[in-house]
Amino acid sequence: MSDVVEKTLTALPSLLSLDSQPGSAKLSTNSKLGSLIRGITELTSKHEEEKLIQRELSSIKEQVSSPNTTMRQMKELMVRTIYCEMLGYEATFSYIHAIKLAQQGNVLEKRVGYLAVSLFLNESHELLLLLVNTVLKDLQSTNLIEVCMALTVVSQMFPKDMIPAILPLVEEKLNHSKEIIRRKAVLALYKFYLIAPNQVQHIHNRFRKALCDKDPGVMSASLHIYLQLIQENPESYKDLTASFVTILKQVVAGKLPMDFNYHSVPAPWLQIQLLRILSLLGKSDQSTSEVMYEILDESLRRAEMNHNITYAILYECVKCIYTIHPKSELLEKAAKVIGNFVLSQRINLKYLGLKALTYVVHQDPRLALQHQMTIIECLDHPDVIIKRETLELLFRITNDQNVTVIVEKMLDFMSINKEDHTTADLVGKVAELAEKYAPDNEWFVETMNTVFSVGGDTLQPDIPNSFLKLLSEGFDDEEENKKLRLFAVNSYISLLQGEPSKLPQRFLQAICWVLGEYSHLREDVEPDLVLRLLVKLLNIKSTSSETKSWILMAMTKLCSGGAPLSVPLEVSETYSSSMDTMLRQRAQELQYLSQNPELQARVLPRGVSQEPMEVDSSLSFLDGFVSEALAAGAAPYKPPHQRQEELSRSKALSLEPYGLSLPISMSSCSIADRQSPTLLSVSSGLSGDRTDHSHKGGSTTLKLDGVRRVWGKEGYLAQRESAEETAPVEAPSPLQPLVQQGDGDASYSQTPTPIPECEQEKQQLASSLFVGLASQSSVCLMGKSEQTSQRFRRKLKDPAASFPSSTQNPLVSPPSSVGHLLLDSSISSDLISSPEQTHLSSVDLTVANGEVELPDRDMKGIKSTLLREDSALAAGSSPHEELDRPKDSCLTSHLPAELSGLPHSEITPLCTSPSLDLSSCHVQKDDSLVLLVFMKSSSDYDIQQIQVQVTCEELEVSCVCDSPVEELKSHGVVVCQYFLTVKSPSVYFVLSGMMSHQIPDNSLQETQFSHRIPLTSFLRPLRLSTEEYGTMWLAFSHDTKQNLPLMMDAEEPLTATLKVLKDKLQLHVVEIIGNEGIVACCLRQDQPCLLHCRVHAGMLAVWLRSPIPELPDCLLYHCQRALQES
Amino acid sequence: MIKAILIFNNHGKPRLIRFYQYFAEDMQQQIIRETFHLVSKRDDNVCNFLEGGSLIGGSDYKLIYRHYATLYFVFCVDSSESELGILDLIQVFVETLDKCFENVCELDLIFHMDKVHYILQEVVMGGMVLETNMNEIIAQVEVQNRLEKSEVRPFLSSSKSFPLIYVFGFSQVSAIKYSLSVL
Repeated sequence: MSDVVEKTLTALPSLLSLDSQPGSAKLSTNSKLGSLIRGITELTSKHEEEKLIQRELSSIKEQVSSPNTTMRQMKELMVRTIYCEMLGYEATFSYIHAIKLAQQGNVLEKRVGYLAVSLFLNESHELLLLLVNTVLKDLQSTNLIEVCMALTVVSQMFPKDMIPAILPLVEEKLNHSKEIIRRKAVLALYKFYLIAPNQVQHIHNRFRKALCDKDPGVMSASLHIYLQLIQENPESYKDLTASFVTILKQVVAGKLPMDFNYHSVPAPWLQIQLLRILSLLGKSDQSTSEVMYEILDESLRRAEMNHNITYAILYECVKCIYTIHPKSELLEKAAKVIGNFVLSQRINLKYLGLKALTYVVHQDPRLALQHQMTIIECLDHPDVIIKRETLELLFRITNDQNVTVIVEKMLDFMSINKEDHTTADLVGKVAELAEKYAPDNEWFVETMNTVFSVGGDTLQPDIPNSFLKLLSEGFDDEEENKKLRLFAVNSYISLLQGEPSKLPQRFLQAICWVLGEYSHLREDVEPDLVLRLLVKLLNIKSTSSETKSWILMAMTKLCSGGAPLSVPLEVSETYSSSMDTMLRQRAQELQYLSQNPELQARVLPRGVSQEPMEVDSSLSFLDGFVSEALAAGAAPYKPPHQRQEELSRSKALSLEPYGLSLPISMSSCSIADRQSPTLLSVSSGLSGDRTDHSHKGGSTTLKLDGVRRVWGKEGYLAQRESAEETAPVEAPSPLQPLVQQGDGDASYSQTPTPIPECEQEKQQLASSLFVGLASQSSVCLMGKSEQTSQRFRRKLKDPAASFPSSTQNPLVSPPSSVGHLLLDSSISSDLISSPEQTHLSSVDLTVANGEVELPDRDMKGIKSTLLREDSALAAGSSPHEELDRPKDSCLTSHLPAELSGLPHSEITPLCTSPSLDLSSCHVQKDDSLVLLVFMKSSSDYDIQQIQVQVTCEELEVSCVCDSPVEELKSHGVVVCQYFLTVKSPSVYFVLSGMMSHQIPDNSLQETQFSHRIPLTSFLRPLRLSTEEYGTMWLAFSHDTKQNLPLMMDAEEPLTATLKVLKDKLQLHVVEIIGNEGIVACCLRQDQPCLLHCRVHAGMLAVWLRSPIPELPDCLLYHCQRALQES
Repeated sequence: MIKAILIFNNHGKPRLIRFYQYFAEDMQQQIIRETFHLVSKRDDNVCNFLEGGSLIGGSDYKLIYRHYATLYFVFCVDSSESELGILDLIQVFVETLDKCFENVCELDLIFHMDKVHYILQEVVMGGMVLETNMNEIIAQVEVQNRLEKSEVRPFLSSSKSFPLIYVFGFSQVSAIKYSLSVL
C-alpha cells in the first residue's frame, strides 16, 4: 500500500493543476468513471452501493439512448457500464449500444464496443447475430488492428450457426503476411472446431500447414488444435509423431529466436504443450513411444532445476514417461525427479510431487514406499490442499491391511474440513473403502455411521443404497449376515435413543429401513420399544416428509411382529389426512395391514426372502380392473409420448399456424420432453398417476439400480475364504491407538528409507499405512483392483439366481396381487428399469403367460425380446442364416413358394395346445407385410376344423383363405397367410389371435395368442427426387423434432449415421448436402414420412414430417433405438 | 482451456473479471464470491493451487492463483493446462501490466480496466494462451496505444522492432489516485 501512497503523493501537484484545465477530454472521461468509483468507495453498505449503481445505470441509459450522444461519449459510457456489470449489476439496455459502437465507431471506439460485447454477451445471445456483419466487414478491413479485433471477438464467442459465413475469411487469414494475424486465425479456427467440429472438418490440412508455419508463434498456436485432435483420436495422427519430436528437439536445443526464451529457458510453454501431445501419442503404443525416448531423456537432462518454469517442464516429462510405453531407464530418472518434487521445500512442487505419485502409484507402488515418511509428514501439513492430495494418494494404495488407518485419517480430515465439495468427495471414497476392505462388522457399521453423519445431505444417494443392498443381500455366511445386521440394529437403537434430531435425513432413512427389516433379530428388544423410538422420530419437527414415509414403512413391517396396535393406529390416523400423498399412502398401508395380519404375512413375509421373486412388470393382474373401467366408459390409456404429441399438436395449432420451423421452439418444447420415449413408457407402464408422481418426486430416494458394484469377482472368493479361515486378519477398530497396528509387520523391516529413531510414532504410522505395498508391488494397487481380497463379498450364486437378489429387498417383495398397495413405487420403478431385473421378469412372463411378446406399454422391459426382433430384422438381408433352432428349420421349409425368396423374420412360437403348436413369422414383401401362421400338429390323430383369427386395432388384416382348415394330418403342418396393412401407425403392433379346433370328442378347443410386430417391418424406402421431396415436405402438416446421437467416431458422422438408419430401418437417403441430409420412407404408398437431418452441436437434429399424425413419433422412436444399438 | 480469469482485491472487490465460458450474471458473482472465500483464507506460504470449488465445474477444474500486495490474480483452468505453466503465465501478465503502467498498482486496474482487458486479450484469447512472450505482448499493446495517442489510423509496421516500453501519458490519471488513496 505504501507505494500507492507514494505514487499518489507525487501526482498530487498535477492533479491540482489539471483541475483548472477544462476541456481535457481524457480527464473528463476518466473523471466520470472516477467519480463513480469514488462514490462507490465512500459507501458503507451494499444497499447504498446498489442504489448508487442503479442511479448511475439509469443516467447511462438516458444518455446512450439519446440521439445526441456522440460515439466518443458512447465509448466512455460503455466503459462505465462495463464497470457496473463487473460489480454484478446487469445493464441489458446497453448491449445493443455496445454492438452499435463496434459497428459504427472508429478503431478506438470499436475496440471498446467489441470489448463490451465480448464481456456482456454469450454465444447464444440473440443480439450477437447483429454483430456478424460487423465482424465480416472488419475481417476484410485493411487495418490490421481491426482484423485483430474481429478475430479476437470471434474466438471469444460467435454464434455457431453463423460460422459458415465468416469461415472463408478466417481461413484466408491463415495465409496472411503478419504472423500475429495468422496466429489469431489459427486460434479462432480452433475455437470453431470446439463449438462446431463439423464445420471445419475440411480444413484439417490447413492445420498441418499452420504446424509447419515458419513463425514459431503460429506453430505453437496450432498445437492447441493438435492437442485436442489427438486427444480425441490419437490413431490418425501417429504419423506426426516424428514431426513433434523434431520440433521439441529444436526447441530444447535452443534453435528458436532468443525472443522465445523465458528466464533463459527456451519456449517453456511450447515444450509443455509438445510433451502433452507426445504422451497422448505414445500411450500404449510401443513403436511410437520408442521414437520419443531420446528427446524425453534430453528434456530431462536439459531442464536443470533453476526456475519454476523448468519444474513445469520436468513435471510434464515425468507424466509423459509414465504414460507412454515404459522404458526402465527413463522410469528410473523420472522416479528421481518425482522424489525431488516430493522432497522439495517449495510447496507447489511438493503438491505436484504428490500428484505425480498418485498418478504413478499403480505402476510403481515402491515409489510411494520410498517416500513414505514424506507422505506421512504431508498428512500433517498445514496446507489443506496438500493434505487432501495426500489422502487421495493414500486412497489409491489402500488394501485390507491398512484400511483402518487410512480411513481414520480421512475421517479426521473431514472433521476439520468445512467445504462441502471436498466432504462429499471424501465421504464417497471412505464408503467405497469401507465396503471393500472392512476388517469386521463393528468397524464397518461404525465407519458407515460416521460417513452418514458427516456426509449429511451432501451424500451421494448411491452410498446409502449400496449400504442397504449390502445388508440385505448379505455374504456367504448366514451367521455372519445375522451378526452384521444385529450389530447395525444395536447401533441404530442406541443412536435413536440419543439425539436423533441431529442426524441427517438420509441417515435416518437408512436407520428406519434397517430397524424395520431386522430389529426382530434382537430378541431382547420389544418391537414396542422400536416403535416408540420411531414415533419419537416422527414427532421431531426437522424430520422431512420423505423420511416420515420411511418411518411409516418401517412401522408397517414392525407391526407384523406382534406389536400392540395402538401406536401404529394412532400414527396412521394422524397421517392419513396428511397433505403429502406419499405419506398418506403409507399411512393407509400401515392402517390396513396392521389390522389384517394374514395379508400382512403375505405381503411382508419375514425371513423367507431367499426365494427369487417374480415381478409382473406388465401388471397383467390389473387387466380385469382395466377392462372393467373401460367397460364403464373410462378413456383408454395413452402412452405419455402420444399424449405429449397431442399436446404439442394443439400447441402447434395456436402458436405456429404455418408450421414454420423456429429453432427456438424446437429446442424448447419437443426435445427436452421427448428425449426417450422408452423411459417414459416404463414409468407409465407401472400404473397410474400416483406412480408417475412419485417417480418424479422420488429422485432423492434410494435408488438400487445403477449402484456401482465394488465387490470382487466371484472367482476369487473360494480362495480367499480358505485363506481367511487359516489366518484371520486382525484389525483393530479405528479407535485403538495406531501403535498396535504395525507390530509384526513384514514391510516394516523392508522399509528402504532410513528412519531417525526420534520419529518412532511416524514410523509406526508409516508401517501401518504402507503395509502390504512392498509385498504385492507387482499387483495392481489401485483402489479399483479386483485382485485384492475383500471382506464383504457377494454370495456365490449362479448368474441367473443373482438377478432376483435385488428384489429380495423386502421393501418390494410383496406378491404381485396386492403388490401395488405396498410397493414403494419409486424404488420398484427403479428396480424394474434395471436391465437385469427386467430381463428376468420378462423371461418369467414369457413362460408364465404363454405370450410371445409383451404388450406395448412395457417397452423397456422386453429387452430380450427386442433383441430377438432385431436379429430377425437383420436376417432380412440374408433370410436363411438365422435358423439355428431345429424347429424353425423344419418350419422354414413350409414357407409358401412365392414368399420363400423374401426376407422373413425369425419364426417364433405363438402358443401351444395339447395337440397343436402355433408359430409365426412375417415376410416383407415390397408393398406389404405377410404374416404367416404355422400350425403344426403334435398329436397322433388328425385335427379337424381348425380356425385361426387374427385381429389388430391398428392393422388391417386380411386372410388369404377365409375358410377353416378342414383337416390337419397327424404331425403335419399347415400355413395360413394374412396380409397386413397399417391403419394407424404405432411403435409396435400387437396382433391378438384366437385359434380353435376340434378335438376328438368333437368339442371345440380354443387357445388365445398374441404376436408383436415392430413398425420397422412395415417401413419401405420411398424413392423420390429432391424436388419431389421439397414439394411433399411443404404439404405435410404433422411434424416432430428431436436430437439423436450422432456416430461421432465415424469419419463422416452424418453419412455414417444415415447409413445405419438406412440399413436398419429401410429408409431411402434422398440426398446429403454438407451437414444436412434428407431421407424418406413410407408405410404404404399413401403413408410417407420425410426426415430432415442436420448435424447440430454434435447431435443429429432430426425433423420428421408426415401426413399421418402418429407416424413421425413412432418412427422417431425406432430411429432412436437403431442408433442406440449401433 | 482457461475458464475464467478473476482479479479481486484483498476485500473481494472485483477488479477485472473475464469468463471464457458462459455463466449467468448472478452465477458469475457467486463464483467470484466463492473463489474469494476460498483464496482469501489461505496463507501466503501455502501452495498456489486449489481444487476447484463446486461452482465452476467440479473436480476437473482447479484454481491457480497468485497474490500480489493488494490483489489476487486467479485463473480457473481445466486439466489440460499445466499448473506451473499457468502460474508463470500469471507472472508474465503481471510483469506486463507493470511495464505498461509503470509500477502497476490496484488503482491502475480500477481506472484502466479497459486497458487491462486489452493487455489480457493479447495474452489469452478465447480461453487459450495466445502469447507468453512479454515483449511481444507489449509490442501489440503498443500498436494500439499509439493509435490512441494520435487518434489517427496508423499502419502496422514490423511489430518486433518497437521500442520496448511506451510510457502511457498517465500523469493525469495518477492525479486522481490521490483523492482515492485518502478514502
